[in-house]
Amino acid sequence: MHHVVVDQWSRGSSPVHRRDPRAKLIVLLVFLIALATATRGLALLASGLLLLLMAGLLLARVPVGRALARAALVLPFTAVFAVVCWLAGDTARGVSLALKSYLSALAVLLLISTTPLPALLRGIGMTGLPHLLLEVGQFLYRYLFVISEEAQHMTKAAAARGASVRRWMTQAQRFRASTGALAVLFARSYARAEDVHRAMLARGFHRSLPLLETRRFRVGDAIFAIVASLAPWILRLTAERLLP
Amino acid sequence: MHIPDGFLSTPVWATLDLVAIPAVAFVARRAQRGFEEDKVPLLGVLGAFVFAAQMINFPVGPGTTGHVVGGALLAFTLGPAAASVVMTAILAIQALVFQDGGVLALGANTLNMALMGVLAGYLPYSIWSGAGWRNISIFAGGALSVLVSAVLALSELLISGVKMPGAVLGVSLALFVVSAVLEGAITLAVVQALERIQPKTVRRPESGRSPVLAVVSLAAVLLASVGVLFASAAPDGIERLGQQTGISSHVRTLFHTPLADYRAAFWQSASLNKAAGGLAGVVLIYGACLLLSRVAARKRSI
Amino acid sequence: MKPLVEVRGLRFRYEDGTAALNGIDFCLEPGETVALLGANGSGKTTFVLHLNGLLTGEGSIEICGLPVEKKHLPAIRNKVGLVFQDSDSQLFMPTVLEDVAFGLLNLGMDSSAAAARAEAALETVGMAAASARAPYHLSAGEKKRVAIAGILAMEPEILVLDEPTTFLDPPGQRSLAELLANLPQAKILVTHNIPFAMALCKRAVFFAGGKITAEGSVEEIVAGRGWDFALQPGKSR
Repeated sequence: MHHVVVDQWSRGSSPVHRRDPRAKLIVLLVFLIALATATRGLALLASGLLLLLMAGLLLARVPVGRALARAALVLPFTAVFAVVCWLAGDTARGVSLALKSYLSALAVLLLISTTPLPALLRGIGMTGLPHLLLEVGQFLYRYLFVISEEAQHMTKAAAARGASVRRWMTQAQRFRASTGALAVLFARSYARAEDVHRAMLARGFHRSLPLLETRRFRVGDAIFAIVASLAPWILRLTAERLLP
Repeated sequence: MHIPDGFLSTPVWATLDLVAIPAVAFVARRAQRGFEEDKVPLLGVLGAFVFAAQMINFPVGPGTTGHVVGGALLAFTLGPAAASVVMTAILAIQALVFQDGGVLALGANTLNMALMGVLAGYLPYSIWSGAGWRNISIFAGGALSVLVSAVLALSELLISGVKMPGAVLGVSLALFVVSAVLEGAITLAVVQALERIQPKTVRRPESGRSPVLAVVSLAAVLLASVGVLFASAAPDGIERLGQQTGISSHVRTLFHTPLADYRAAFWQSASLNKAAGGLAGVVLIYGACLLLSRVAARKRSI
Repeated sequence: MKPLVEVRGLRFRYEDGTAALNGIDFCLEPGETVALLGANGSGKTTFVLHLNGLLTGEGSIEICGLPVEKKHLPAIRNKVGLVFQDSDSQLFMPTVLEDVAFGLLNLGMDSSAAAARAEAALETVGMAAASARAPYHLSAGEKKRVAIAGILAMEPEILVLDEPTTFLDPPGQRSLAELLANLPQAKILVTHNIPFAMALCKRAVFFAGGKITAEGSVEEIVAGRGWDFALQPGKSR
């Protein structure tokens, strides 16, 4: 599963992994804005940005080929729109959609495969977004693996039973079985949430989630943020100069 | 329905990001107030549930399967504010971990699915469930949550200049209607099953409130979505409206200062004028809906 | 010496009215390890949830002389360390270290002191190397150890473990037993695992229908209740 692989990558070690999540987030946003607002010299810019991202993946010791493939998951959706644009006579926009959406996805993938999501959420938390939201995100991610495994077990068990009676089950019955499974999964998730809450109370939880301070923004992070943010803009200005 | 990066034009994604931030802060505050104790684990775990639920396949027709989105289901079990918070967290994690939906486009996706979609999902239930129309209102909620999100997404794409000839638009809308019906059916079936196995988890909306404001809010949400879609599909009408009310020139001055250096390239383009006008319309309608729902919520909490 | 746990006449009903506990009297002396045996649904888990105030029933409970009331709950929850059956519900923080430090941070300890105490607790259970890892990457046995570390970091006087050997294979059960045997705190073990109970507990109580119906050594109770697994040829239920 995608999140399992990406989570594994995010727990590797490399010069990129070691950078502060806030620095990497700033670099990502600057990159995305540079890409999103570009209108001219797109093909050249795209090639430059692709090389930049691949260099980042290499430095991060993330498997480049597999990362490129994973980012391509956005392409089927984009392809539909690109084709429609091409048929409507606006090929340039179709190409722009494909290039921009793929490179944006790859950039986000580079961030998430070098930063475990909880650390990233912690970094975002410093910007003043509502803490409730980030804490919900933290718990969501923590139990994503647990509950998706439970869901897999349930569907396997159902398939094992249904496979033999598949011929006899109508669409309606299969629909009922699936919604029944969903309701059971909901009830189990609800019960688990109550268990978690009890476990929190048992260790003195009373107001809000406590934070274990572990990171400080270092000079190295600042230098990285500045240099890595400048790179896509330099590429963009170059591309616009070279192709009027 | 998750819009990736690179699809929306800069004024669109930037404005929606700016609008989404205070909107999310507002619902987060409301959600926090609505709970006796900190229910963060419940919201997080149910968010994980929705994630997992989205992976379960439902038979739709011969050989095709669909899945549930879950916004309406969350609204019926957690209330709309908390449901919006959970959906926002889901969208953020989908964008960051799964690259499903763009990061810059998070404002747009959040407004479409986590805010307007959840609101459209919950309002029918809060209006009609007491009157013995419970099943229909649950089904309608599920269907509307998907429909409103999809229509808003389409509008944003159109305003951004993504070409969608009439036939394509028609096919997309037809597909959305099918997903909407599926969502309504699944949501209803799951709520009914839950009432059998764990009845306390399904909320009863407060009775005795005047349904008028909720009806007005629902009407506003629906009008906004449909209206924006038609407007964006026919941008000339919006441009005329924008010129008549003087909105376009105001929007231009708003963008003037920060984008001064790019003015020459940007503002010559005719389509961008239309986009600015259309966008201003969208923002106004969003604002009106948020205001209405805020008023409706305040009335309810009296 | 005063008992660490004194329960008198504890009664508890569920929301739907069914009686879960019908008058429990129980004592735990310092240094003791007691096994709670009994069928599923007999009230064992419901009982232990009263010891740190997660559930409130009628009757009196005193932990280290403090009655279990709202104003004493923070102190009591430090003294009673509850290890839940499902470690996934107990390890809810993103990393092992953050989870073990959770209780300490809730007490108001600052980050570096909390981190240091957490590392020490992880050392005690042999999981110091895992401090930066995410809980869902750990095996069942490792998760159980981390959960225990999270409790030990609070320096409790009483450890309560609810079915700790569920999900553990025999080697895992053995190393858990060794770990527990080396901890000085008084312990209450809710368990179905008779060899485990016999290895650690001198005393056991038997729950049935929300009451304690027998007390004695583990062997006595097992023999008296037929609570063993020796199949008798030819006999069926």
